[in-house]
Amino acid sequence: MSEARVFFGVVVPYAALLTFLAGLTFRVLSWARSPVPFRIPVTCGQQKSLPWIESSRLENPFTGWAAACRVALEVLAFRSLWRNQQAERAGARLVYEPSRLLWLAAMAFHWSLLTILVRHLRLVLSPVPKAIAGLMSLDAFFQVGMPVVYATDVAIVAALLYLAGRRIVNPRVRYLSLFPDYAALVLLLAVAGSGILLRYFLRTDIASVKQYALSLAAFSPQPPAGAGTLFYTHLSLASLLVAWFPFSKLVHMGGIFLSPTRNLANNSRAQRHVNPWNHPLPVHTYEEWETEFREKIKTAGLPLEKE
Amino acid sequence: MTAPKPEQLVQIDYGPPQRSWIEPSASFRPGTYSHAAHAKSLAYLGLPNPREWRPAEEDWKLPPDWKQIILVGMKERLEKYRSFRLFMDICVRCGACADKCHFYLGSGDPKNMPVLRAELLRSVYRRYFTTAGRLMGALAGARDLTEDVLKEWFYYFYQCTECRRCAVFCPFGIDTAEVTMIARELLNLVGCNINWVQEPAANCYRTGNHLGIQPHGFKDSIEFAVDEIEEITGIRVEAPINRKGAEILLVIPSADYFGEPHYFTLLGYLMLLHAAGVDFTFSAYASEGGNFGLFSSHELMQRLNAKIYAEARRLGVKWILGGECGHMWRVIHQYMDTMNGPADFLEQPVSPVTGTRFENARSTKAVHICEFTADLIHHGKLKLDPTRNNRWNVTFHDSCNPARAMGMFEEPRYIIRNVCAQFHEMPANTIREQTFCCGSGAGLGNDENFEMRMRGGLPRATAVRYVKEKFGVNLLACICAIDKATLPPLLEYWVPGVEVAGVHELVGNALVMPGEKERVRDLRGEPLGGEPEHA
Repeated sequence: MSEARVFFGVVVPYAALLTFLAGLTFRVLSWARSPVPFRIPVTCGQQKSLPWIESSRLENPFTGWAAACRVALEVLAFRSLWRNQQAERAGARLVYEPSRLLWLAAMAFHWSLLTILVRHLRLVLSPVPKAIAGLMSLDAFFQVGMPVVYATDVAIVAALLYLAGRRIVNPRVRYLSLFPDYAALVLLLAVAGSGILLRYFLRTDIASVKQYALSLAAFSPQPPAGAGTLFYTHLSLASLLVAWFPFSKLVHMGGIFLSPTRNLANNSRAQRHVNPWNHPLPVHTYEEWETEFREKIKTAGLPLEKE
Repeated sequence: MTAPKPEQLVQIDYGPPQRSWIEPSASFRPGTYSHAAHAKSLAYLGLPNPREWRPAEEDWKLPPDWKQIILVGMKERLEKYRSFRLFMDICVRCGACADKCHFYLGSGDPKNMPVLRAELLRSVYRRYFTTAGRLMGALAGARDLTEDVLKEWFYYFYQCTECRRCAVFCPFGIDTAEVTMIARELLNLVGCNINWVQEPAANCYRTGNHLGIQPHGFKDSIEFAVDEIEEITGIRVEAPINRKGAEILLVIPSADYFGEPHYFTLLGYLMLLHAAGVDFTFSAYASEGGNFGLFSSHELMQRLNAKIYAEARRLGVKWILGGECGHMWRVIHQYMDTMNGPADFLEQPVSPVTGTRFENARSTKAVHICEFTADLIHHGKLKLDPTRNNRWNVTFHDSCNPARAMGMFEEPRYIIRNVCAQFHEMPANTIREQTFCCGSGAGLGNDENFEMRMRGGLPRATAVRYVKEKFGVNLLACICAIDKATLPPLLEYWVPGVEVAGVHELVGNALVMPGEKERVRDLRGEPLGGEPEHA
């Protein structure tokens, strides 16, 4: 094995995976270590109060289960982003138009990414589980091209291009965008692009790649001799993405499950929420108040504790 | 100071400036910021760095180690609040929140986009608490904590009303109210606070209410209300104060007994409680439901709020009934039990009239008066004559906190539909969880901040204008004391001809009290007309 092959085929993927796992654990632990002192859900529907008023169980959950469903709806369907609308001034009026392209692009990107990741599992699993094979044939539903084009390959590139274009074209979003925002999109596009090249245009020997993937999974890595530069480029870019993940805004994936405005039930009047660091603070007591205003309280004819 | 005219103010440019937001840019233009807190209020509350200073002057008289104080304070809060740590980490700057903020819509200032408001703090977090920020600096969106950055925090975190509208639209639920609350706590650590928050807080700490009304003054104004009701209805209602052994402690915002149109709401409560035969008492010591501590720090919120449970215990009441007030209900609903409970010395609230057990309040033992009244009406316990409100064509403004920190949408609407003949909703994007703030909450409703208040209130006013023109609406009903104080000047500025009232003022008008004389005037002293004024 050449040194380069060992570096790009063994060191890079393992180092990336290690960084990912350690980084993500650190991140999640750092969030989990900070307590949730107060019950602060943002309520987006009718509260549960009187029995004859219908409450909105998903938008204003009263139980932990309902709150879990609310989070699931956020994670799986991007509920809040679906609400998006664009405000425009028309003379002295303000008009709010539904604006759901961002939702569509976000859904297309995230679901495609997940499907592509699951598809990649075929490389490390032998035999390929039925579920994954099924997903692949579903993804190839349109039966276009040779090899058959996966719908998610098209969708992910289109979605990423839209998200990048939006950052550049929309002046407001351009103004608030930072270098890492563009970097994440470019990196994702590069990973997707190199993968597409590998599958459709500059095909690599998939059998040797699978053998290599299996060897990686078995912790006895055998980088393939047959795979070319493009394959190693794809692998290295993907490794870079994975390693950067915990230290970038991409960790929003883990964060959404912990968001206290979404994952808590709005039942703080029915069930006491305990703050672990709560402690008594100096207050102006009734006795101090009565002492200061004794004469005035007496003159007003209000009752006193001490005459 | 002369405020710009509405037709000038509405010419808003939403195009972002050339200069990157990374450079601090607060300019203290009169009309767009609040005066600094006086030393005496801070000293009374035992808060750091009491001194006389002005935001527009160069020297803010900060303590020499101010930077250290802020960074230590930040670290402490990152460890105490998951919300804060998470919201510093997970924003993807998608921009969905950008045009959801009323201050952005009214000013066009990009730093009023919720995402950038948070970035003002996040940039400092990155610089001192993340590796990428330490290494890459501005490239990673990190910046040093300088006096200019601190001044920018002061300007923009006192230009957020903690209304939580952006949090409804954020795909991760990032709540700018939470970010602003922490930022204001940090500013407080070095004594950078505004007078409209700290003086009411100091007053409330000392006398029991924000206005600094002493026990005899409180008694006088309640007595005055009782006299007024007698004049209107011929009935002398009971309004006991500090009476031990009452069943219910009634806590209302102090504006209800000193401000207009709040005062008419107070009349409404007293008439309602009399007609329903409720055994209650006020407390002069806990004569404030509102809590300006919320606009300053969690600690101050807790210290002011403590009086309510303390007084409920001393007076030996069974449970607490709360009046119409927005941020008071944020505190009672989401903080009170956690901060100052458990309220195990009270009983689960049960309506003495209908027998309804308020299951949703079984731990806090505090019920909102709209919940209480809706229950009364539902059980047919009140005799109502909606025609007495015929001069009003009503719309309902959901106040931020009861909307987005409780979800109390139907109760007030149910009441209004039962006491008014004419009711029209504002457009769907501007009510319920998507309601627009009055633009003056969270301590910003002061005179010196007038221009920014008119800007922040523009989206609300625009929606009111829509129903005024379409349906002839001439009254905006609401359940928040700050709304009642700040919406009248806002509507006067943008939509003249629409007045503001509390929901219980309308209840008081419609309520047929047993044994009352023939009513000829409504609670405002205006003659009762039979026919609707606006067809």
